[in-house]
Amino acid sequence: MNSNLLKVGFFLAYRQVKRANIWTTLLIVIVMTLTFLNLVVVNGVLVGLIESSLQAFRDRGVGDLIITKLNQKNQIERSQEILTVLKSLPEVRIIAERYVGSGTINVDYRKRLRADERPNKIGATIVGINPDVEMSMTNLSKYLKEGRYLTSYDTDGILVGANLIYKYTPIENQAFQTLKNVELGTKVKVSIGQNSKEVTIIGIIKSKTDQIDSRVFMLDNEAKKLIGRPDANFDEISVKTYSQYGDKVVDDVKQALLNNNFDDNAKIQTWADAQPKFLKDISATFGLLGNMIGSIGLAVASITIFIVIFVNAITRRKFIGILKGIGISPRVIEVSYIFQSIFYALTGALIGLAILYGFLVPFINVHPINFPFSDGILYAPVPGTLVRAVILLITTIVAGYIPARMIVKKNTLDSILGR
Amino acid sequence: MTHPLLNKKARAHMIHNAHIIETVGLEKSFIDGNKETKILKGIDLHIKRGEFVAIMGRSGAGKSTLLYQISLLDQPTAGKILIDGVNIANLNNDERVDFRLRELGYVFQDYALLPDLSARENVALPLLMQEIPKKDAYTIADDTLTRVGLGTRLNNLPGKLSGGEQQRVSIARAISHEPSILFADEPTANLDNESSKMVMEIFKELHKNGQTIVMVTHEEEYAKEADRIIHIKDGLVG
Repeated sequence: MNSNLLKVGFFLAYRQVKRANIWTTLLIVIVMTLTFLNLVVVNGVLVGLIESSLQAFRDRGVGDLIITKLNQKNQIERSQEILTVLKSLPEVRIIAERYVGSGTINVDYRKRLRADERPNKIGATIVGINPDVEMSMTNLSKYLKEGRYLTSYDTDGILVGANLIYKYTPIENQAFQTLKNVELGTKVKVSIGQNSKEVTIIGIIKSKTDQIDSRVFMLDNEAKKLIGRPDANFDEISVKTYSQYGDKVVDDVKQALLNNNFDDNAKIQTWADAQPKFLKDISATFGLLGNMIGSIGLAVASITIFIVIFVNAITRRKFIGILKGIGISPRVIEVSYIFQSIFYALTGALIGLAILYGFLVPFINVHPINFPFSDGILYAPVPGTLVRAVILLITTIVAGYIPARMIVKKNTLDSILGR
Repeated sequence: MTHPLLNKKARAHMIHNAHIIETVGLEKSFIDGNKETKILKGIDLHIKRGEFVAIMGRSGAGKSTLLYQISLLDQPTAGKILIDGVNIANLNNDERVDFRLRELGYVFQDYALLPDLSARENVALPLLMQEIPKKDAYTIADDTLTRVGLGTRLNNLPGKLSGGEQQRVSIARAISHEPSILFADEPTANLDNESSKMVMEIFKELHKNGQTIVMVTHEEEYAKEADRIIHIKDGLVG
């Protein structure tokens, strides 16, 4: 395109915008800003719900790397060798070893029940932890809903996940049962296989992460006795790396374990490997849904710009005729309207970006949206946001060009004379 | 790409026609539904270079329609128009726009200034379109506006100028690029006596300097200022 076309087009557009009614300009820019935010925020909140779940799954659950027992095994074999290798890796920051067993929690163990009476008893995953290590690994105490955290002296104390208690998860059916009439201080019987122990509930955990909220936590030594583990093997090992090394280091740690053939003894997964598939699927679906809603916003913005430019061009039809009459190329006039569209889209997108990264993202990070299954964040990575800004820009240019072209094509003399 | 005939330098080497405007059998009809109304019925016209011509006629006679045809703002139904030897029928739309930009100047009855542009910017616009650098275009615009007595109103928007001042800005815009022909459609119709006289003084001055002027008017007093008056009656030269 001839550079003079751009220069004269810009000359006209600049003056038209500069001398336009300030309130009209403001209104158009607000529409563009809201459209941009609609494009980014709707998608960002929907995807953010799942992203925050995935993040919580990593931070509060599995860590960066999770080592679990193979399906056909009762424990992680060669646990001590695995730990030795992990401890030798400089990238590894924290290692949390856990005992995990399937057991039951019985509230009515002291009661004599009628024949037709069902005991207040559920199946649960019993996890033996080192409270101090777990604090560093998952910050478990932060998610205490009630009561207090475990100390190394709480040999008779347990923490119970909120999903196991009716008060916090009021669901009752055959497939999913919860404990009723349970509160802090309630004594319950924890059993794994033939071994049982009477313990007291000292805390309730609610982290919005299924893996945590469906578990019962007790001291590792007590769990080991209940499971009846005679050796030094564990059931679950979580690993956290130094975050400044990035995600690649997690793969490196996994590779170091694979190099020692530990995959014959345990299932070794990065947090990404271990993500539940349904969460990934929901994330993709929400992303699609967000894009669909955003597209509707984009269509509304296109129509708005089309109408604005059309009304502008139709009311200025006489002047467009004069421009053509005095020899200004129709293309220059079209370019001037394209520049105006670019101005509206860019200003709207820039204000939108400032609101997004200057206010919305930090605000929602500090005050997450409270959803039952996650603390929703606004997921708006910069590259994706910029792509949306470019989409808005291109759509706006097209929406501005079409009406300008329609008016510019009209007969010059008819335009001048208003026929 | 500019048509070779539109290139001023190229044309300078050509033998100038004595007639800067020639029309042969010029016709213009309008169709309203099934009814065709013939406004111009075969006009043969010859206007010499440097001539000041006034076109007169009763309302509806076709004088403005004739001006629109010869000034390339409209296309005739039949007939031929030659401007400075260029057969206008041979030009495509882009070339017609370029021809209007470089060779013709227009003064409209209602001034036809762009409301978002100052007096200086209105005058500079056709110069910028001709790729004259902005600084030079503004200098030419300022000089031309000074020439028509508006040297102190350069930055005023049209809305801040009187009718007479707006018409003088319109004249400045029409002549700033030194067109071959200046067309004026009822330039004094919306003006008071004093402003009208001022406009006519400018036209006379331009004519004195060799400018070809074609002016449509219904005012006998101002038509008399022209070298020649062409009367249009019922679509024909009377």
